[in-house]
Order: sequence, then C-alpha cells, then structure tokens
Amino acid sequence: MSDTSQGTGGLTFDRTKRSWPSEMNVFLALVIIIVVFEILGQVLPYMNDQSFLFDTRDRFDSIFNEARLKIIILQVAIIGIIALGVSQVIITAGIDLSSGPLVAATAMIAMSFGQTELVNGYTNPKALFGTWAMDLPVVIPIIIGLSFGAFIGAINGTFIAHFRIPPFIATLGMFLICRGIALWWSSGNPISFPTEQYKAIGDGMMPVVWFLSLAVIFHLIMRYTVYGKHTYAIGSNEEAARMSGINVKRHKIMVYMIAAMLAAFAGVVLSAKASTAQAGMGEFYELFAIAMAVIGGISLTGGRGSIIGTVLGAMVLGVIRSGFTYIKLDGSYQLMAMGAIIIAAVILDQYRQRNKS
Amino acid sequence: MSEDLVLKTVDLTKHYGGVHALEGANFQLKKGEHVAIMGDNGAGKSTFVRQITGVEQRTRGTIVFDGKEVEFKGPIEAREAGIETVFQTLALADHLDVPDNLFLGREKTKWNWLGPFRLLDYKAMRKDTMAALEKTGVKIPNIHNTIEKMSGGQRQCVAIARTASFHSKLTIMDEPTAALGVQETVQVENIIRQLKEQGEPLILVSHNMRQVFDLVDRIVVFRRGEICANLDIKSGNYTGEDVVAYITGAKTGAEYEGAARLIY
Repeated sequence: MSDTSQGTGGLTFDRTKRSWPSEMNVFLALVIIIVVFEILGQVLPYMNDQSFLFDTRDRFDSIFNEARLKIIILQVAIIGIIALGVSQVIITAGIDLSSGPLVAATAMIAMSFGQTELVNGYTNPKALFGTWAMDLPVVIPIIIGLSFGAFIGAINGTFIAHFRIPPFIATLGMFLICRGIALWWSSGNPISFPTEQYKAIGDGMMPVVWFLSLAVIFHLIMRYTVYGKHTYAIGSNEEAARMSGINVKRHKIMVYMIAAMLAAFAGVVLSAKASTAQAGMGEFYELFAIAMAVIGGISLTGGRGSIIGTVLGAMVLGVIRSGFTYIKLDGSYQLMAMGAIIIAAVILDQYRQRNKS
Repeated sequence: MSEDLVLKTVDLTKHYGGVHALEGANFQLKKGEHVAIMGDNGAGKSTFVRQITGVEQRTRGTIVFDGKEVEFKGPIEAREAGIETVFQTLALADHLDVPDNLFLGREKTKWNWLGPFRLLDYKAMRKDTMAALEKTGVKIPNIHNTIEKMSGGQRQCVAIARTASFHSKLTIMDEPTAALGVQETVQVENIIRQLKEQGEPLILVSHNMRQVFDLVDRIVVFRRGEICANLDIKSGNYTGEDVVAYITGAKTGAEYEGAARLIY
C-alpha cells in the first residue's frame, strides 16, 4: 500500500487528480526500442551509418524517413483493427481466437459480392456467382461482410454468456468453423478481380486511415460511454456487475459481436488491399492481435488496459518488424524477438501489479 | 397487516437440494426500525438475506415489502423496489474508481438516444459522489483512485456510501465490519447511526455482540435454518449471554417457543 493506506484518518477527499497512466510505460518501451534500433544502425559495421528513423539521404521533405514510418504502421494496421475488438473482449476477461479465420471467411464472402464482371473486356475468370452478383455497389459487400461478422460474434457471445462455455474453447471452435467456411465458400478457389470501389477500401494508406479512425472511435466509446464502463466493470468483477444491475449476458454478446465485426471489417480491408481473397488469409492474425493488446498493457485477467495501449502495442510490433528488416535480420529472428517481448510485457505487467498491492 | 411494516416474510423457506438452509422464517420489520440478524455460521442468515434481495429464488413462502407482495427475479428488481444491500462480498469493481462504483449500473448519462453508447456524465457523478461521501462522513483521499488501491475499510465505506447515497426504503448490510480495523468499524457504525436518525430501516447481519447491542433495536437469532429468538434488546431484559445461549442452542424448550412466537 502506498499513500492511500492511511485508512480513514483526517485526509480530505477533494484531491481528484488521476494517477500516472500505464500507457506511458508502453510509450516509453516504444521509444526505447526505436532508440535501440537507431543505435544499432549507427554501430553495426555493415549498416553504413544508416538511420532508422531519420531521413539521412534527404529523400523526403521532413527530417523523418517517411517511407519507413508509413511501412511501420501500414503493416500493423489491419491486424490492429482486429486488436481493437480483441482488446474489448480481453477487458471483459475473455479471449477471441476466432478472428484470424474470420478475416479469411469474411474476405471470401465479401469479395464474392464485390467482383467486377469484365476484366480487360473478358468475363471475370474467378467469378463465383452469376452476373447478378457482379459490379454491385460497394456498400453491399461491406454490409454482407459485417453482417457475417456480427452473426459469428453473436454465436460466440451466446455460447460464452448463456451456455457458459469458456471463451477459449468457444472461440477455438469458431476458429476451426470459420477456416472451414473460408474453404467451403468457393471450394478453396481464390476470389479475385474486385470492383474499383472495392479496391479503394484497401488502397494505399487506407488501412491506416481505417485503423486510426476506428481506434479514436473505440477509445472514445471505451472511455466515455456506458458501454465502455460496463465492459470494464464486467472484466473487473463480473459478480459485482451483475448485482449492480448490468445485463452481463447481453453485454458480453454485444462485446463479442463488436469484436467479430471489427475482424470482419479487417477481412474486407485485407482482401481489398490484396485485390484477392484466399481461404488461407489471416493466418496467426488472432495471435498477433492478442499480442498487441497484451503488449499494450491489457490484462488477460480483465478490467485493465485501454485502446491507446493497444495502438501503442501495435506500434511496438510494427517497429520491431521493421527494425529487424532494417538491421537485416530475417523473419526467424523477428518471431523469436516478438515472442520474447510478449512474455516480457506480461512479466512486467505482473510485476507492476504486485507492486501496487 | 399493519401499515407501519416495511418488510414481512411468512414461512420463507429455501432448500438447496436436500439441505434445508432456511425453514419457515417469519420475520417483520417496522418503519425506521434497526434489526440485527445473528446466528452461527450456516444458521441461515445469509440465505435469508439472499431470498429477500432476490439473489436466489425461495423454495416457498411469501415476502411482503412496502405493503405489497413481491416476487423479485433478481437483485436488480429488489433494488428498483427500494432494497439496498451491502453484500458480504463487496460487489465493487476493483479496477474502477469511486464514482464509477457508486453509480455502477445506474450511471448518470447524457445523449441517451445513443442507446448503449450514451455518454457518461462524469461531472454530475463526481459531484454527487462528493455529496454522498460528505453526507455519510466517509473520507477517501482521492476519489479517482481505483478500488484495488484502497484499504479494506475504505472499500467497505465506498460500498456503504453507495447504499446510503440512494434513497432506499430498506438497507441490508451483511457483516459490514467483519474485515475492518477499529477506526474503520467506528466509521461504519456512525453511518448506521445516521441511517437511524434519518429513519431509514436496516437489517444488519453481524457477529459482533457489542456492536449489535450498541446499534440496533431488536435481535433476531437464526439457528439451523430457523428463527429461534426475537429479542427486543431496547427493553433491557436481555444480555449478550442470553443471545449467545440462543445462538448456540443452549436455551431451548419453553423459552425457545416464547421467543419465536414474539415474531407473529
């Protein structure tokens, strides 16, 4: 106990300041990792004094290496969208393993309604449906994709809230089901040649735009709305939440639905970015999304963490991936380093928890 | 029944499978009256409270609250009807701060057309929290500290302030000072005295004989799932030893009968 342990002695209660936000720790870790890569770039003999962060060759208008900054965030943006939803699930002390395959299944389903009829004057060789499903306005595949996500999320939530299946098991089952749906939808064939409108969803930096605007929206929701408060309350003490009159079951279903809809939207963006949808898409996305949340300080026991933390956690993963490429170490080292950092993040978090109480 | 009764139970019974946790409890509470429920562990005290507050559904019997027969399907309905409870397990969310906990499940909001995404009115809740804490005399150093950072006494005070800050028709406290230090116990007892002054009825489940004799008008003793004594301690006819005798079952027979009959 720190300064709050004076019991009920003569202290006043007019001090209303908030304590040091734990997101600052993640931010500091992010800065430290960037500095480490920057130093490695200067020190390692084969690097020829390159800079990780700054524009040393005067290729850009600003002093930063804009190309690298863009890549850092672009490569985590789509998984980041999933992580926004997974964060909410983890805050309720749940887990969602189904998001990766859901990305693939939604990509397949949505794009099958977003195909263009003629490719260079010839009929679309990858057409799944007849001409009735060709060249539809882009809102139709989006609505179908999000509805599918909402449906999957509602099933997840119903099994977890009403039938009391542990979230790990319920979403593990859904993990396999969604991968199966992705394969079954077009008998394993890729779906390609979307309309221009559909492509525009994932064009260029659009994934980043989606990621950051959704992050802002869900930050505001988690912080300033009843939905957010109840999500934290359920993760913090489900019994207390129930006794306080919160409809815990309905709320959990809503949280899993929102998480699944975000994963579904990630699937739409991913297929638009790739201009194709394949059943194998989104492999390990669910795990990276969970990793972003955990690195960002969202506690797996529920009740703690924030969307800002998750965004910072996503940036940490992005910087590490980009940094390893920068110092020319291949993907195998990246995976090992990411694994180590996830474990370190949880250890630090537990250490901080113990110090508090 | 007479008009000045807040709560009346007739033949209230709860069986858990073959276990008869509560058997035929007849209980009455007058307006403004403070009653203590005492008894050994497993005597049925908490079971009794859980039936009244709708946390569990009774096996049989009737509950009349505020002049109407009631059928609470859950603690929410009981609370909406005006029964505020401080549960043994405090029912606080550890990671939330004081205003959040005080208003949990009944947040002050604005822009209600947003449905589940309606905005929290933090400012109004903070103001009301201050007022509630001031009213109950609870001192919390920083209301934006989360509950996990608080001592047992502060947590208990928050839980009680939550109960006391909403105008309830009946307050139930289930062993509110069991885990508290001396000073914190005094503070909780002061809150209870304030409730008495304000004429708000209270059911206090407690093991603390000194506390019970200090605070309440009447003691109802539970033993083996049944009410075995109803002692008007303000009359001065009973001592702590009598109460202990009823709790342990040392007093039985004729006295038991007489005591139990007082209920009706």
